Amino acid sequence: MLLEVRDLHVEFRTRDGVAKAVNGVDYRVDKGETLAVLGESGSGKSVTAQAVMGILDIPPGKITGGEILFQGKDLLKLKEEERRKVRGAEMAMIFQDALSSLNPVLSVGDQLGEMFIVHRGMSRKEARAKAVELMEHVRIPAAADRVRDYPHQFSGGMRQRIMIAMALALEPALIIADEPTTALDVTVQAQVMDLLAELQRELHMGLILITHDLGVVADVADRIAVMYAGRIVETAPVHDIYKAPAHPYTKGLLDSIPRLDQKGQELYAIKGLPPNLMHIPPGCAFNPRCPMAQDICRSEVPPLAEVDADRRSACFFWRECLDDSSRP
Amino acid sequence: MTQAAPERAATEPLLEVSGLVKHYPLTQGILFKKQIGAVKAVDGVDFHLGRGETLGIVGESGCGKSTVAKMLVNLETPTGGTIKYKGEDITRLSGKALKAVRRNIQMVFQDPYTSLNPRMTVGDIIGEPYDIHPEVAPKGDRRRRVQELLDVVGLNPEYINRYPHQFSGGQRQRIGIARGLALRPEIIVADEPVSALDVSVQAQVINLLDRLQAEFELSYVFIAHDLSIVRHISDRVGVMYLGRIVETGKDVEIYDHPTHPYTQALLSAVPVPDPEAREHRERIILHGDVPSPAKVPSGCRFRTRCWKAQARCESEVPELAVPVEFRLVPGPAAHDSACHFAEEKRVVPPEEPPK
Repeated sequence: MLLEVRDLHVEFRTRDGVAKAVNGVDYRVDKGETLAVLGESGSGKSVTAQAVMGILDIPPGKITGGEILFQGKDLLKLKEEERRKVRGAEMAMIFQDALSSLNPVLSVGDQLGEMFIVHRGMSRKEARAKAVELMEHVRIPAAADRVRDYPHQFSGGMRQRIMIAMALALEPALIIADEPTTALDVTVQAQVMDLLAELQRELHMGLILITHDLGVVADVADRIAVMYAGRIVETAPVHDIYKAPAHPYTKGLLDSIPRLDQKGQELYAIKGLPPNLMHIPPGCAFNPRCPMAQDICRSEVPPLAEVDADRRSACFFWRECLDDSSRP
Repeated sequence: MTQAAPERAATEPLLEVSGLVKHYPLTQGILFKKQIGAVKAVDGVDFHLGRGETLGIVGESGCGKSTVAKMLVNLETPTGGTIKYKGEDITRLSGKALKAVRRNIQMVFQDPYTSLNPRMTVGDIIGEPYDIHPEVAPKGDRRRRVQELLDVVGLNPEYINRYPHQFSGGQRQRIGIARGLALRPEIIVADEPVSALDVSVQAQVINLLDRLQAEFELSYVFIAHDLSIVRHISDRVGVMYLGRIVETGKDVEIYDHPTHPYTQALLSAVPVPDPEAREHRERIILHGDVPSPAKVPSGCRFRTRCWKAQARCESEVPELAVPVEFRLVPGPAAHDSACHFAEEKRVVPPEEPPK
């Protein structure tokens, strides 16, 4: 197993109180596998990823429990010095907003080359050559000429390619992509997702794709973990989940998106709003919005129960939900 | 097509836009400014909007869709062309006449975080239009009106004294919609009204817009980049590319029978929330990026990224009309498409029985 997150808890201490952003997340990613972490804003999907990368802002953030096993070792027990060697070289992250993640006063060649100078001890000249090679790899036209250009001289799609090049530079075993295409237009999004999937196959990396877009997930993921209020509510192979969700939240999400192939009637809308992380409702966090909620949901936290060997659902009534959603 | 013609003829369009152009000049020099070119944000757009109808405008960033929206509500002055509201060209109006027209065309903005003044209460925000158009609501009556509006958009009327930061994104968008409704307009121009919202909240706001349309007989110009949402809400759709509409028609015509290569590429690139579709879906992946609107390609503006481009596309601007090959055969493929080599191609997999 490449990465295994076990019972991770993260809190943020703020002036107004403690926000429980991640409340016991478990997930695992294997080599060559794509895990999609799906959730709305505030579901804890990005915070979990930041904890894995070790780039969480501490304080106000605090990891209050759990383990992050990467290639067998617990990252949370490593010293910052050792952690830094893992970051970039063995796992890398692609951010949503390429323009604000790149340094505006350094040329892209310098930023790509820096990876090789710092981690591999190469000379400037060697690093520059490597940078050109990388840019060609992510199919930036006329890479040798553009290596001296600055981030603002590239289009959004090209900038995201540079981010991908930077993440791939040291051939990490794991890539975490946090909403990599959300800021891009659909035609460019398709180019970038295709490139990412191809490079992943080529380098046999594990990929954690963090997104809120059910369409993107269906297009590229092998497995999916749905998060709500800091917990995973359902995890399953991607085909199963779209065919018949076993959690009312997943079902609600799938029903609430308009379809390209149908004009459709009124959309199903999940009522209410996602919970405030400072006051997560007792019991199942989804209970105030759930159409299936019973008394037990208001008092007890549902465990992540086994639906089948590959599938888990944190709902007391997953059987009913599954029956309900597989009905034609 | 057979059923479309009579209903369109019966109602005179509420809004008729023709040859709409917006160029932003590019200048050089400080003392003696010299125009060296222009950013052609909108470069000849025509459409019409009937009463109670929803026209969706889709396109990628930079295609000019938001500039069109701003010109409709008079936040930008067009460089050329006309916008006729009930037969009257509003681009030539000023003073009282303009004010009266603007009352009837209101806008809902994209970002509910920056389009609401953080120092004003919700009551003041929604009631502000009444300061400009006092004839709609006499002073003593305003508070009640605002509370009614809050109720209409599904917010608690008691929230009237709260500030925007006390609301979530979806609720703020409802406030923006309430403000748009305050003057009882006939047309609402909505510029990406749900793209900043989470999926589960998006559906609530779309349903709200649907309900309000029926309740107040509103006409919408709905601008978005999300093709699925546009299909859901629109009666007719216009696809924009680099300042022009390249294809327009009823939702079935555009989504199930697209004839313009850009529309086909756009539709095929949309991720479909169905993993089964992964294998048997043909995807057209366009190369490169949208050209700069300051340097629009000659002839057909899409030719630099089009796989069908030929010499003719470079020299001759394709007209937005029903392509010759479809003119004689009535059917869903016979709708306006600005392509010399238009051909029908189904890119969205046909409807399957929902799960």
